[in-house]
Amino acid sequence: MISISQVTKAYRGAPRAALDEISLEIDKGEFVFLVGASGSGKSSLMRMILREDLPTSGSIHVLGENLVGIPSRRVPHFRRKLGVVFQDFRLLPNKTAAQNVAFSLEVIGKSAGFIAEAVPDVLRLVGLEEKANSLPSELSGGEQQRIALARAIVNKPAILLADEPTGNLDPATSEGIMALLDRINLAGTTIVMATHDRGIVDRGRKRVIELSQGKIIRDERSSGYGLER
Amino acid sequence: MRFSFVFSEMGIAIKRNLSMVISVILVTFISLTFVGTAGLLQQQIVSMKTYWYDKAQVAVYLCTKTSPQDVCPQGEASKDVQNTVKERLESSTLAPYIDKYYFENHQQAYKTFQKEFKDNAVAKYVTPAQLNETFWINLKDSNQAPIIIESFNGLSGIEEVKDQRTYLDQIFSMLNIASLAAISIAGLMLFSAVLLISTTIRLSAVMRRREIGIMRLVGASNFYIQLPFILEGVVAGVIGSLLAGGAIFAIVQFFVQGFLAQQLPFTSFVGISDALALLPGLVLVGAGLAAIAAASSIRRYLRV
Repeated sequence: MISISQVTKAYRGAPRAALDEISLEIDKGEFVFLVGASGSGKSSLMRMILREDLPTSGSIHVLGENLVGIPSRRVPHFRRKLGVVFQDFRLLPNKTAAQNVAFSLEVIGKSAGFIAEAVPDVLRLVGLEEKANSLPSELSGGEQQRIALARAIVNKPAILLADEPTGNLDPATSEGIMALLDRINLAGTTIVMATHDRGIVDRGRKRVIELSQGKIIRDERSSGYGLER
Repeated sequence: MRFSFVFSEMGIAIKRNLSMVISVILVTFISLTFVGTAGLLQQQIVSMKTYWYDKAQVAVYLCTKTSPQDVCPQGEASKDVQNTVKERLESSTLAPYIDKYYFENHQQAYKTFQKEFKDNAVAKYVTPAQLNETFWINLKDSNQAPIIIESFNGLSGIEEVKDQRTYLDQIFSMLNIASLAAISIAGLMLFSAVLLISTTIRLSAVMRRREIGIMRLVGASNFYIQLPFILEGVVAGVIGSLLAGGAIFAIVQFFVQGFLAQQLPFTSFVGISDALALLPGLVLVGAGLAAIAAASSIRRYLRV
C-alpha cells in the first residue's frame, strides 16, 4: 500500500538530511502512529507520501504508483485516492460546513447528484448533520476538525494522512476525533497519523514508528509513545 | 467537468479583484481602440488611393510673365508653344496613353482659383496673368505619368510638368505615419495590458491561495484549478475589446460618417460595415492575449 525504500531527502542549505535512508512498508488497513520530536522528519515523510515533494534519492510507491516517476499531470488523480487532515483544519472561512465538504468534490468534477448524496452521508458519519449550514467560525475546534475529516474521507480514500489532527484540541475533544479515526480505519481506510500526543498513542496500542534526526529508531506493533527523551 | 462551478468560482474571483479587473478592461479597451483605428485608417488610405489616383491628372504649366527667369527666359508662352504641346499630345507616340485632355487659359484658371480660394486673402491680389495657362491631362493609366513628364521636360515655354499624384503621395504618407503612430501606441498599450493581466491574475491567485491549496490537496486537476483564473482574464479582455469595438463604431458613425463625409462629400469613407468586419479580430486579439497572459502567469504560480 505504502512502500518506502532507502529514501533520503536533503534540503538545500540544511546541515543534515531531513530524511536519512528511510525504508518502511505500511499495509492495507493499518493504523500507524508517526512519532518523534519536531524536526525529526515526520512532516517531510508525509509530504513525500502525498507527492508534495520528491526524495533526493530512494523510491516511494503508494497505491501502486511510483511517486518518483509519476508525470506531474497524473499527480492530481493520484491525490484523489488520499485524504489529508491538518492541525489547523484548513477550512474555507466563507463557506458553510456542507459547502466545504462539497467543494472538495466539485473541484474534482463530481456530479451535483453525487455531491447531494455524499455530503449529508459523510456529515452524519462525523456526527455533524445539524451543523451542515454553519460557518467554520461558528463551530468549535473539534467540530471544525470533524468537518475537515469529513472532507478528507468523502471521496472514500484508500489512505488517510493525518498531520497532528489533535494538536489544537483539548483531550476530551481529541478522544472524540480518535474514536472517529478508529471507525474510519475499521471501515478499511489505512491511516498514517503524525502526533505529539503521548496519551493518544499510549491508549491506542497500535503500530508506532518513531523518527529521530531523519532516521527510524523504532518500529513496533501495539506499542506506546515510548520513553521520555 | 462542471461549468457552473467553474463560472461561479470565476465570478467570485472577479468580485474580489474588481478594481484590478476594471483596470485590465480599460487598458484593453484603449489599446484595442488604437489598433482598430489604425486598421480603419489603413483601409481609408487604400480606398482613397485607388479613388484619387484614378482622378489624378498630369498638368503641363505654360510660362507666364511672372515665371522665374531661369525656366522661362522668354517670358509668357506664345501661341506656338500651345500648338506644339497640342500636337505632341495628339501625336501617335502620346495619344495611346491619354484618355482626354483640355486646355485652361488665364481667365479660366483665374475663375477656378477664385472659387477654390474664395475665403483666402490671397484671392484679392492674384491677377489672371499670374496664373499659368495649363494643359490638364487625364491618363488611361495614372502610373504612366513619367512618359508625359519626360516628353515635355525641357521644352521651352513650359514652366513645369507636374504629376498630381506627388501631392497625393504627401498626404498619404502623412496618413500612413499617423496610422503607424497609432499602431505603435497600440503596441505599447497592449504590452502593458499583458503585464497588467499577469499581475492581476497572480494577485487573484494569492487572494485565493487557501482555495488553491485545498484544491491541490484533494486532487483537482491543474486545468480545473487554472481555468477560473484564465477565464477571469479572458472575460476582462473580451469586455475591453467589445468596448473598443463600440468606440470604433462611435468614431465611424459620428466622426467619419457624421462629420468628415459631410465636409468632403466626394470622398468615399470607411463605414459601419468596415468597423463590423474589424470587430471579430479585435475580440480575438483581446481574448487571445488575455488567455495567454493569464495562463502563463497562473502556470508559473501554480507548479505542482
